[in-house]
Amino acid sequence: MDTLVIAGRSFRSRLMVGTGKFSSNQAMCAAMESSGCEIVTVALRRVDVNNPQDSMLQHIDPDRYLLLPNTSGARDAEEAVRLARLARAAGCEPWIKLEVTPDPYYLLPDPVETLKAAEILVKDGFTVLPYMPADPVLAKRLEEVGTATVMPLGAPIGTNRGLRTRDHLAIILEQAQVPVVVDAGLGAPSHAAEAMEMGADAVLVNTALADTPNPAAMAAAFAKGVEAGREAYCAGLGAQRVRASASSPLTGFLRD
Amino acid sequence: MVIELNGQSKTLDSPTSISDLLAQLNLEAAHVIAELNRTILTADQFGATILQQGDRLELIQFVGGG
Repeated sequence: MDTLVIAGRSFRSRLMVGTGKFSSNQAMCAAMESSGCEIVTVALRRVDVNNPQDSMLQHIDPDRYLLLPNTSGARDAEEAVRLARLARAAGCEPWIKLEVTPDPYYLLPDPVETLKAAEILVKDGFTVLPYMPADPVLAKRLEEVGTATVMPLGAPIGTNRGLRTRDHLAIILEQAQVPVVVDAGLGAPSHAAEAMEMGADAVLVNTALADTPNPAAMAAAFAKGVEAGREAYCAGLGAQRVRASASSPLTGFLRD
Repeated sequence: MVIELNGQSKTLDSPTSISDLLAQLNLEAAHVIAELNRTILTADQFGATILQQGDRLELIQFVGGG
């Protein structure tokens, strides 16, 4: 069977789902269910002590989903490491989606701080999945410090603009020795399929599901896109050409 | 006695453990992570940890995120 293996752990699904921005926990759960995902990301925030909310963990079955806390909100390595350690203290498995995004407008990951935090967290025993710019050199550097994957962005978080980084993603995919998860910016199942056709090992989506009228239906569509793209990659895509190559015979025409 | 809770000052009238505070706030210990003066506490320390004047306590939980 075609399984995704990250840090020695096998997954059937190549679609990871973020849990932010859903209109309700019910909508979130329905989307998780129909996506077929096995890995879901969550964030850490201060409890609103004046208006405590139910924990969202009540809605996520830990036997079914691997909880992947992120370090969103971290502006530098130190803040990211602090968040990762807090997540581990909650009793989660020590898997962390490392995000260091000091820029508030594009939320682009800081390559220097991401690499610094990755090194510290790997040494501290974490399985690190770093969100990163689609920079092939950085991907190698992260791999060298021992990250379990690399997670290059397709486009800035929440933009739904697809694989704007396609050429650099192709280089990362060519060179990577760890699974490549395309994260951020995918807005349509066709974007997910395109990433998978290129050879991505998995994709992660959130806004593309949460910020639509019917997240569960969109999650099902993304699952098909991911599967179709993966099957096409495994089957081997035909070569692209500039000139036409006839599909019908070039003999027996009804002409003199 | 005044502590800083999640960046805001909070007055405590009597000796209060982290467990007491969570109960006052209606929070389930199993769903909250506590960091006291930048040191992470494990849930089994909540009962025995009595808050002191000037303590900086962060109570954190998981929320939806990508």
